[in-house]
Amino acid sequence: MSQLAVTVIGPDRPGIIADVTEALVGTGVNLEDSTMTLLRGHFAMMIVCAGPLDEVKAALEPLRGELVITVRTMGPEHRHAPLGAPYMLSVHGADRPGIVAAVTRMIAAAGGTVTDMSTRLSGGLYVLTAEVELPPTAELEMLNRALEITAEELGVGVTLRPAESDDL
Amino acid sequence: MITDWSPARLDVEGAILEVVRAPHPVLATESAPVDPLDPEVIQLAADLIETMRVSPGCVGLAAPQVGVAAQMFSLDVTGHPKTRTCHGVFVLCNAVVVEASRNEKAREGCMSVPDFTGDVKRATRLTVAGVLPGTTEPVTITTDAFEARALQHEIDHCNGKLFLDRVAGAHAVYPRKTYQ
Repeated sequence: MSQLAVTVIGPDRPGIIADVTEALVGTGVNLEDSTMTLLRGHFAMMIVCAGPLDEVKAALEPLRGELVITVRTMGPEHRHAPLGAPYMLSVHGADRPGIVAAVTRMIAAAGGTVTDMSTRLSGGLYVLTAEVELPPTAELEMLNRALEITAEELGVGVTLRPAESDDL
Repeated sequence: MITDWSPARLDVEGAILEVVRAPHPVLATESAPVDPLDPEVIQLAADLIETMRVSPGCVGLAAPQVGVAAQMFSLDVTGHPKTRTCHGVFVLCNAVVVEASRNEKAREGCMSVPDFTGDVKRATRLTVAGVLPGTTEPVTITTDAFEARALQHEIDHCNGKLFLDRVAGAHAVYPRKTYQ
């Protein structure tokens, strides 16, 4: 039994999740983390699960065709220690190439890491939302200024704000 | 008056109880109403306050979180940066929401769900009715901001609901990065 990464993408229709997960259950797979969403009419799934590689591949075989499926083994779970406080990053503005690259480069340059991100394009509007972890040593003021300058060059708006949760 | 009430009125020592974690079934159980004059209820009230007091960052603790399916919880949002109206420290029995308005979304964490946080919409203007332990007179609390959110979170516990039952979207649950 190894940890597997299963990715599935294909034109959306009712029943994709049911079909894929039913096939996985049949091989005794236990689903762990997954994320699934609809991207411009294509349903996309990424699943991390524990199961036997060859049996999982065989079980998913009949679904190939309209669905593009990959199955591969992964090393043991790798969790980096939390870098620091979580932040929410949002960017929106007129679409053009290079927005994601430029903004995420700023985060990386500050020693930060993106833990979750999604982007959407609708008409001419591009929207990026990301969860970002910044180390305590990050110069927030410098980062904010760098983001502002980049955003201005790209013609978009950017905000970075703490995503602290309240314990109840 | 709820602001006149203090734990000293319970006249018993509180004990520190173990906080249970999901998926413990008591957290998904609708709790039974309590008799606020019952000595066991008064003892549990003192225990809730004591357990809340020794748990870092804890502003509220419901009976189901210490394994007891009873309609009561302790609360104290004193000094929290998001608190506006504040009724100090109290325990409320058999609490129900009377009026709720002006929803706002914020990220919540819970001692019973230590590995996740989630975005939850809650009323920021709230009136709650209940009874203080050791008394029989109904009290109403009208509050806002953080105290309103905390009250709704604790009342949910008493009804077998976690913040996980109320998250604001399919991608609104997050792994918690640090937990003290």
